[in-house]
Amino acid sequence: MIKTSVFAVICLTLGATFSAAAAAGEPELVVYSARKEHLIKPLFDAYSAKNGIQIKFITDKAGPLQVRLIAEGARTPADLLITVDAGNLWRAADAGLLAAIDSPVLQANVPGRFRDPENRWFGLAVRARTIVYSTDRVKPEELSTYEALGDLQWKGRLCLRTSKKVYNQSLVAMMIARLGEEQTAKFVRAWVDNLATTPFSNDTRVMKAIGAGQCDVGIVNTYYYGRLMKKDPSLPLALFWPNQTGSGVHVNISGAGVTKHAKHPQAAVKFLEWLSSEEAQRLFADANMEYPVNPRVKPDPRVAAWGEFKQDPINVSQAGRLQAKAVMLMDRAGYK
Amino acid sequence: MTQTAGQVAHSARASVGISTWLNVNVWHWRLATLAIAATVAAPIVVVCAAWLTPSGEIWRHLADTILLELIRNTVVLIVGVGAGVLVLGVGLAWLTAMYDFPGRRLFDWALMLPLAIPAYVLAFVFVGLLDVSGPVQTWLRHNVGAQPNWFPPVRSHGGVVTVLVLAFYPYVYLLARAAFLSQGHAMLETGRVFGLRPWSAFLRVAIPVARPAIAAGVALALMETLADFGAVSVFNYDTFTTAIYKAWFGLFNLDAAAQLASLLLLFVALALYGERRMRGNARYDVRGGPGRTKRYRLRGGRAAGATALAASVLLFAFVIPVAQLTLWAWSAMAQELDLRYLRFFANTVFLGSVAALITTFGALLLAYTYRLRPDRLTRAGVRFATLGYALPGSVLAVGIMLSFVWLDQRIAGVLAHWGLQAGLLLTGSLIAVILAYMVRFMAVAHGPVDSGFERIGPSLLQAARSLGCGTWEILWRVFIPILRTGALSAILLVFVEVMKEMPATLLLRPFGWDTLATRIFELTSEGEWERAALPAINLVLLGLIPVVMLVRRSGTQP
Repeated sequence: MIKTSVFAVICLTLGATFSAAAAAGEPELVVYSARKEHLIKPLFDAYSAKNGIQIKFITDKAGPLQVRLIAEGARTPADLLITVDAGNLWRAADAGLLAAIDSPVLQANVPGRFRDPENRWFGLAVRARTIVYSTDRVKPEELSTYEALGDLQWKGRLCLRTSKKVYNQSLVAMMIARLGEEQTAKFVRAWVDNLATTPFSNDTRVMKAIGAGQCDVGIVNTYYYGRLMKKDPSLPLALFWPNQTGSGVHVNISGAGVTKHAKHPQAAVKFLEWLSSEEAQRLFADANMEYPVNPRVKPDPRVAAWGEFKQDPINVSQAGRLQAKAVMLMDRAGYK
Repeated sequence: MTQTAGQVAHSARASVGISTWLNVNVWHWRLATLAIAATVAAPIVVVCAAWLTPSGEIWRHLADTILLELIRNTVVLIVGVGAGVLVLGVGLAWLTAMYDFPGRRLFDWALMLPLAIPAYVLAFVFVGLLDVSGPVQTWLRHNVGAQPNWFPPVRSHGGVVTVLVLAFYPYVYLLARAAFLSQGHAMLETGRVFGLRPWSAFLRVAIPVARPAIAAGVALALMETLADFGAVSVFNYDTFTTAIYKAWFGLFNLDAAAQLASLLLLFVALALYGERRMRGNARYDVRGGPGRTKRYRLRGGRAAGATALAASVLLFAFVIPVAQLTLWAWSAMAQELDLRYLRFFANTVFLGSVAALITTFGALLLAYTYRLRPDRLTRAGVRFATLGYALPGSVLAVGIMLSFVWLDQRIAGVLAHWGLQAGLLLTGSLIAVILAYMVRFMAVAHGPVDSGFERIGPSLLQAARSLGCGTWEILWRVFIPILRTGALSAILLVFVEVMKEMPATLLLRPFGWDTLATRIFELTSEGEWERAALPAINLVLLGLIPVVMLVRRSGTQP
């Protein structure tokens, strides 16, 4: 029985390999995506329906995908890398995995601070990481900045997500870019002193803890707030836009780049341009209640309802450059 | 065959191996084994090779900040989970194998069911239910009033240990139960003839004899614990594995991550070696079948206690999590369920069964060659080949991928000589992902297969020889019947493991080969726990099939 099965497997595998090779003649694109399937597949489908280009993809975390790209080198089948967080894109570009693209369309559609200064990656959706508070126990006038969450009045009232999540690493990296390491370390330590409980594994749990009265304020990405409120509109939670008189709200991107060894570079650039177009932007951002990166596209009404706010104008690539520093700083501050 | 206490012969070690009684060319087998061992070992070597790149800065940083706490947490976890699975696994196995009490026939197999629930799923159900914002504490707040101070903190040492014990005790239960059943009662009766009370008979006869099985079960549970990242990260509980991922994803240093991972491996290798040394040269070949097993009937308070214990374990480890998953899955059904689930199902089953067959085949080969002549080289090969289980999945996956890419480059080089253009033939193919499972789960298959071989003692072969059996007849009439049980257990266990496996599947699956586990990943990594319940419950249901088969087979005598 075993022998037959082994034989069957070998045949199947070889078959799969060759059929993949045979299909190479059709127009296709290969994508490695750290953006999750249900948030990206609708766009692939829309593009395939429109242009007849087949898009093959795998999803994984950004780290393993990048190692895979490095290992595969010139033979990689991947044309595009799609990932969340500018830190991950910066790292891929830094490792020489992404090609510089000279595209007037992308230049026009993606504002300068949401793309690589050397044009190796481009933001496609913007997410804001902001303060969430309990409408039962906190008045918005009491809130002002991220840094002020370290003030004494929040002692035992703050909930945070783990420092192992890249969103917090980017937030702290941006603080380092703005304030320097010493000041940032002081603020992060003050946050840790104010924690009501050990950090949570995700943003939704932070908000649920605030809802349950375990703490009163927290820091979350807006789309998690949107999703949770959609499911449970009765939760006594609201968003607050911090640092409005200063640096602005920390924003980050979900973005993409064309790989250096892409087999279909022109098609890949075309696809990227389409993703930044008005047609695709709505799909891309609305699927996850994010903000479109293209300034000509208005956000989803549900998202727009949270109000306008001033964004941190620093180029998001700083998040990548300073990420390792931020991680070490949070370790030293005892932020788990 | 008559049974006496002397069945368990603590005879001198059989260093010659069983090749004495078989007329086979040891070298052929040895080569095949070394080939398998090398395949399995290659990714581990790749991981260890990271030491060639210095990353002192990261080490200094970790040592200055979090390393001490991580090691402390890891030790707490190992001691807690080790003690927990030992007590729960052996205790329940003893109870169901030796006694009769209300519900025993149900618990016999039902206590195995938690094996079908991945630890990360159990963790997210547990935290979701019991944390401060969960339904249980919310209900208490509304009905008992105020924040209940007495409620133990869920995201704590105790919480993590509890979840991992509930997730991993079935390994010990499965193996210990089989061992107790195969001992039969005769030996215990002999012990009692010599004046041992039931409790001391348990401690002095049953446990020592079942020790290899128990040790194998605990080793599996602890290797899972060390490699676990999914469950502990739900608790935001930092372990040594956390440092590995931090070095990689946070500090961008894969080499430092691999160095940390290889330290973990070294620790596991030493622990396994230590256990074997302590066991010494004792042999554990129990001859004869389970024979006459008549269970002691418990009555009154004892019977009620036994039922209550088994029922509460089953309740917390299986019934409640499955009920909660079902509830969540139901609410997410309209949004999440579609035809793709057929593909997820088919892919999961295909990968699981193919990998299970191949891995078990490899494990049989390894164990057989080792028995033929247990020399140092073969032994080292076998030991090395079963280490992969303790490596965190992502790290091992990278090791495997790097090995395949290397091989692909060589193949492409050869093809280029003939003027052929080749991409990556192996990387991203089914072969790669299936070999990855083999590397990862060789230890799982090796356990049951090896304990099958433990039962083929030299005297059995001697007897077969003296009855005039030739080599092939011995293989056919002695080995196959005795090994069938172990091999089937191995196949089923590996199937369940492959089904639950996540990081290697993610990194190495071919395009379009999404499984139930990768679907869970897609949803949980976006915090969509309730939608993730749908693939999770599917995974659990699918896992029940092999688990139930496993139990049916592992001896359900009346």
